[in-house]
Amino acid sequence: MDEFLLRALFGGLGLALISGPLGVFIVWRRMAYFGDTLAHSALLGVGLGFWLSINPILTVMLVCALLATSLVILQSNQKLASDTLLGILAHSTLSLGIIVVAFLQGLRVDLFGYLFGDILAISWQEILYIYLIAALVLIIIIKLWRALLLCTLNTDLALVAGLAPQKLQFILMLLLAMVIAVAMKIIGVLLITSLLIIPAACARNFAKSPEQMAILASLIGMCAVSLGLAASFYFDLPTGPAIVVSAAFLFLLSRIKR
Amino acid sequence: MISQTEPLLAASDIGVKFNDRWVLKHISFSIQPKEIVTLIGPNGCGKTTLVKTLLGLLKPTTGNVTKAADLKVGYMPQRFTVEPTLPITVERFLKLAHNNLETQQELFHTLGITQLMATELQHLSGGEMQRVLMAYALLGQPNLLILDEPIQGVDVGGQIELYHLLYQLRDYLNCSIFMVSHDLHLVMANTDRVICLNQHICCQGKPESVLNDPAYLALFGESAAHSLALYSHKHDHHHTIAGEEKI
Repeated sequence: MDEFLLRALFGGLGLALISGPLGVFIVWRRMAYFGDTLAHSALLGVGLGFWLSINPILTVMLVCALLATSLVILQSNQKLASDTLLGILAHSTLSLGIIVVAFLQGLRVDLFGYLFGDILAISWQEILYIYLIAALVLIIIIKLWRALLLCTLNTDLALVAGLAPQKLQFILMLLLAMVIAVAMKIIGVLLITSLLIIPAACARNFAKSPEQMAILASLIGMCAVSLGLAASFYFDLPTGPAIVVSAAFLFLLSRIKR
Repeated sequence: MISQTEPLLAASDIGVKFNDRWVLKHISFSIQPKEIVTLIGPNGCGKTTLVKTLLGLLKPTTGNVTKAADLKVGYMPQRFTVEPTLPITVERFLKLAHNNLETQQELFHTLGITQLMATELQHLSGGEMQRVLMAYALLGQPNLLILDEPIQGVDVGGQIELYHLLYQLRDYLNCSIFMVSHDLHLVMANTDRVICLNQHICCQGKPESVLNDPAYLALFGESAAHSLALYSHKHDHHHTIAGEEKI
């Protein structure tokens, strides 16, 4: 196996691992569109990173976290429905990101790669980042599992039990921001949410408990990454989209099986 | 009011304002240990808002809620919608409230939920969900149980059944109960005190005295007299009432 393919596989599996437990919460809490908005804003982070010569992973996390914060503030003050608000933020930050990147003509920024992913160009260093973030996010989710689950089931019960649902929601947003920052290179800002949602939705058809659903989602995500990489290698397909189509294919299979 | 012991929960001059409109005003009362207090009032009178304020889920615009140091609240919410994408059985759900369910079989048996343990929450009927939520609330061993009335999916017979179970369990649990209802037929039995709410407290006291209170009659009109008749039956003809109400 070529080394670039091995790197791609390593990186992709690491991402699938973490998108399982995070993805189930995105599905349960109906945060899919929110995830998409955060991902759209990631390009602005990339642009800023290149502009300020800082590692884009850091600036993406920062921009996503800022967006999540401003969304929480806007949601509590605004009379607009949250999907309208998300739509405004998603597309204005994406456009702003593209403009910033366009300004950096002196630098070579692969816009297409950031939009749709360029997993074959991933470096060992970037893989290290993926696993570091995956480990951190996984530890936090496991630690907060019970609290997150109760908040997801019923906010009032969680409050009476002394939990802080808004704080937990915000933590979940930050975790999402971190995962987006490392996932961007692999699957692209426009496709990240699919890797969070499709395996989780697929796992729902088989899972008997929340924990099972999270683990199954990880495994299904890993299958999708492997299938997508293989298809991309043998048929010369764009890799990010090939992974997403594989995931969608698995989802279809799961519906038929049912 | 004469109170020998310190109240578990005391509300003093609570007022809640939403968008320049007062939903609650000048609410003061307290709940003593082992007391059953029923809050009644027409729809939209601020019952759920008051419950949320007592629970601390809502900050009152004026006044405050004082809680006893050893207060442990069990809460049964008004609505509980289960996200269909979340697979969770009754057993797994109850484990969120208590680690060792083996020791609680008697409670589950009394509530009639033993056979539901492996069922997913989303497949429960309204009445079953109520009983599971009650089990959840009781598993925390509360000294004050707060029950908001169920909005949907529970018939009157089921509701009476549930309250009956609750009275049985109360001696065993040793806790106060604060419950909410808009349905006069379901209120009175075994209640120590009734609080009549319509933005403010119209009247409160023993069920018998409240029934004759002009403020109560003004609030409920014709149906109040009807509930009096039912009330006198309630203690010994529980099942008859359940039967009558089932259509």
